[in-house]
Amino acid sequence: MQMPAPDQGVIARRAAIAARLAHAVPGAVIDDPMETRAYECDALSAYRCPPLAVVLPRTTEEVAAILRICHDERVPVVPRGAGTSLAGGSMPTADAVVVGLARMNAVLETDLADRFIRVQAGRTNLSVSGAVEGAGFFYAPDPSSQLACAIGGNIGMNSGGAHCLKYGVTTNNLLGVTVVLMDGSVVELGGPMGEAPGLDLLGVICGSEGQLGIVTEATLRILPKPVGARPVLVGFDASETAGACVAAIIRAGVLPVAIEFMDRPCIRATEEFAGAGYPDCEALLIIEVEGSPPEIDEQLALIRGIADGFAPVEFRESRSEDESRRIWLGRKSAFGAMGQINDYMCLDGTIPVSTLPQVLAGIARLSGEYGLDVANVFHAGDGNMHPLILYNANTPGDLERCEALGAEILKLCVQVGGCLTGEHGVGVEKRELMLTQFSQADLEAQMQVKDVFDPQWLLNAAKVFPLAVSAPRREGLRNAA
Amino acid sequence: MRPETEAELAEIIRTSRATLSPIGGGTRLRPGEGVAPLDVSGLSGITLYEPAALTVVARAGTPLAELQAALAAEGQMLAFEPDEREGSTIGGVVAANASGARRVQVGACRDALLGVRFVDGQGEVIANGGRVMKNVTGYDLVKLMAGSRGQLGVLTEVALKTAPKPPVTATLAVPGTATDAVAVLTQALTGPYDISGAAWLPGQGALVRIEGLEGSVAIRSKALAEKLGAEVTQADWATVPRAASGDLWRIICRPSEAPRLLAALPQPIAMDWGGALIWVALPAGETPNLPAWSGHASRVTGDAPLTIPAPNPVVSRLNASLRERFDPRAIFASDGTCRQTSRLSS
Ligand SMILES: Cc1cc2nc3c(=O)[nH]c(=O)nc-3n(C[C@H](O)[C@H](O)[C@H](O)COP(=O)(O)OP(=O)(O)OC[C@H]3O[C@@H](n4cnc5c(N)ncnc54)[C@H](O)[C@@H]3O)c2cc1C
Repeated sequence: MQMPAPDQGVIARRAAIAARLAHAVPGAVIDDPMETRAYECDALSAYRCPPLAVVLPRTTEEVAAILRICHDERVPVVPRGAGTSLAGGSMPTADAVVVGLARMNAVLETDLADRFIRVQAGRTNLSVSGAVEGAGFFYAPDPSSQLACAIGGNIGMNSGGAHCLKYGVTTNNLLGVTVVLMDGSVVELGGPMGEAPGLDLLGVICGSEGQLGIVTEATLRILPKPVGARPVLVGFDASETAGACVAAIIRAGVLPVAIEFMDRPCIRATEEFAGAGYPDCEALLIIEVEGSPPEIDEQLALIRGIADGFAPVEFRESRSEDESRRIWLGRKSAFGAMGQINDYMCLDGTIPVSTLPQVLAGIARLSGEYGLDVANVFHAGDGNMHPLILYNANTPGDLERCEALGAEILKLCVQVGGCLTGEHGVGVEKRELMLTQFSQADLEAQMQVKDVFDPQWLLNAAKVFPLAVSAPRREGLRNAA
Repeated sequence: MRPETEAELAEIIRTSRATLSPIGGGTRLRPGEGVAPLDVSGLSGITLYEPAALTVVARAGTPLAELQAALAAEGQMLAFEPDEREGSTIGGVVAANASGARRVQVGACRDALLGVRFVDGQGEVIANGGRVMKNVTGYDLVKLMAGSRGQLGVLTEVALKTAPKPPVTATLAVPGTATDAVAVLTQALTGPYDISGAAWLPGQGALVRIEGLEGSVAIRSKALAEKLGAEVTQADWATVPRAASGDLWRIICRPSEAPRLLAALPQPIAMDWGGALIWVALPAGETPNLPAWSGHASRVTGDAPLTIPAPNPVVSRLNASLRERFDPRAIFASDGTCRQTSRLSS
């Protein structure tokens, strides 16, 4: 993975820039190289680079002051939430100031009657739900990283979660933001129901990977908690059968809140790790439905009727809180389990659900060709796949082979009508693959949007677009400066 | 001009020297004065429909009615609720982000829109999004195009989420004024009833819609009817705004602000989204005098678009710059107001 050469002029001025920042936001600047190391990577930890400096503001005004200085000094900026991006979205460059929102975690307003909560963007995802739980509400998007990841990062990546089949992803639950543009101007986007006059700028900010502005506050839709939820576990003797069962359930008009899929390698690994008591079978589905107990019974009866048509080797319906927990336990520890036995790379392509058997067969073939095992775990209801490629970081060449296999699998997703990333974002990881999904003109249209929000291309500029495609903008502007 | 293919459309735009106004069914956006209408109804037809994947892809000029009939044949519907107007095309619905009552449950048109193809002001064909449910690959220009009213480009194809048609529907009605209705609708929306519509119509009062499997609808509507003192009916309703005379205004607010705004307005034509959307007719040329609130009001018919309060200057600049980027020659002339068709005023 390549990054553009840092601006040596900026690096040479490090002390002066840090001093200016420290003067504007006292007590918020870190520029000791020992300490900036803590910010050298995100969860794509194979790639690291300590930043020029880190600033940890407490208010929107401080963020504006920081950006005004960086704009003035032409210093690149990388916004950072909790640094759990799997795509390298918050990985710094050596000439960049990281603006970390960890200190901005306050709840600013809770309005149950109007069903929203307004928070500072550094607040963690789980603690947003936590703030309204007592009143019987929740914030729906629930990425597995929800204990750590921040709302600002969720907005940056338009993150999803296990329950988005019913509730949608971040963008569908975001009503408004306060965002600071690179020149330091502060704007509020969105409004009641997420609506503002004119173009849907809120919609473009969400998922823009920190390239258009820094989100400092967010207004989020909260929902009344359902009376209850219950999962079932269904095991099959072939992945294709599990895929066909998912299609049949959706086709029948039942809409569960979650349908999760795991294949045998994944089941085996999690069993050894978490001992959730999963059946030893080729593939399993975890299907969760919500409502009051009789409503749950009604939906599960329908699902059972459909699943029976596919000769499941196991149909396990939860009868208690504890059984529900055990059904989810294996799925929730899948990533941890993989990490225990191997290094792994987690992919994130989405495919039309109808192509599932074809794609699983393709992945198996590629896995054989590259000599690396792949375990599949994914959100089956919406076609968002997370193949985990297992490799050994200590074996020379293994990481490169793993990345090459990952690229082939993602290309396969695009070929069958899907996309490179369903929820993790492009970052640096999938940047160079963008031309397999988009034409030059498609990317030009996207880069025009960045031109409008950040004319100098200072915000997180080396991400999302293939380096060669963004080079004229990044370099032309630097040379013109 | 009525192109039959995306390539023809692109060619027309590329070589045009006149200002163009894209028209779908002509039911929503009216062409600006003295500009050439660009009829996109020739770009029509469903190109892909996978019921088991809950996705449909159609050319922008496809009549809404045709699309809905195709989905109904498979027991499905669009995942959002377009407001129905005779002759609408799906491209027009998307360009207006026209979203009805179901928004409180599943979101607006923009939330159901998975992908777009469009031709920008230079005649360049651009694709964004795709046909899958979850997609964060690159910037979300899909949202930008939804509701862009033909200002950035002409839509040629849209991919949308579908949903199973709920087998059973119940409506709970509580008579009263629009102001009375706000509290009723808020009560319904803040409980675990999974409401799919929360509106108010003159003469009918507060209307709450509950949909789903038979047993579930029975349980939820019984519990909520008791709480609200509502009558349960099978009545079907929709909040299609029509102004008998004068200008039609669309007001967005927090539901808790609605009573204050209603006090300053004549009786509305309809209220929707639990009180977050008020449709009201005002005498032609009159601007409502409203107390400060957190939303905005826009005049959707009449001679020129008008929004109060005036948008923040930075936001206006971003809007203008985006328009200039996508349409540097200012070929697209849509002024963003709705045509007051005979159907609307009937
Ligand atoms: C174990 C694990 C499980 C995960 N599970 C899921 C999952 O289920 N679903 C899912 O979608 N993702 C998942 N992720 C990925 C990751 O957690 C999400 O992308 C998350 O939203 C990142 O949030 P963060 O606060 O860590 O952001 P960061 O990593 O700090 O930043 C992410 C991106 O957003 C930008 N950004 C951050 N803050 C702001 C801001 N305030 N304003 C503007 N831009 C900003 C950054 O520049 C960067 O481009 C998982 C990650 C891990 C490690």
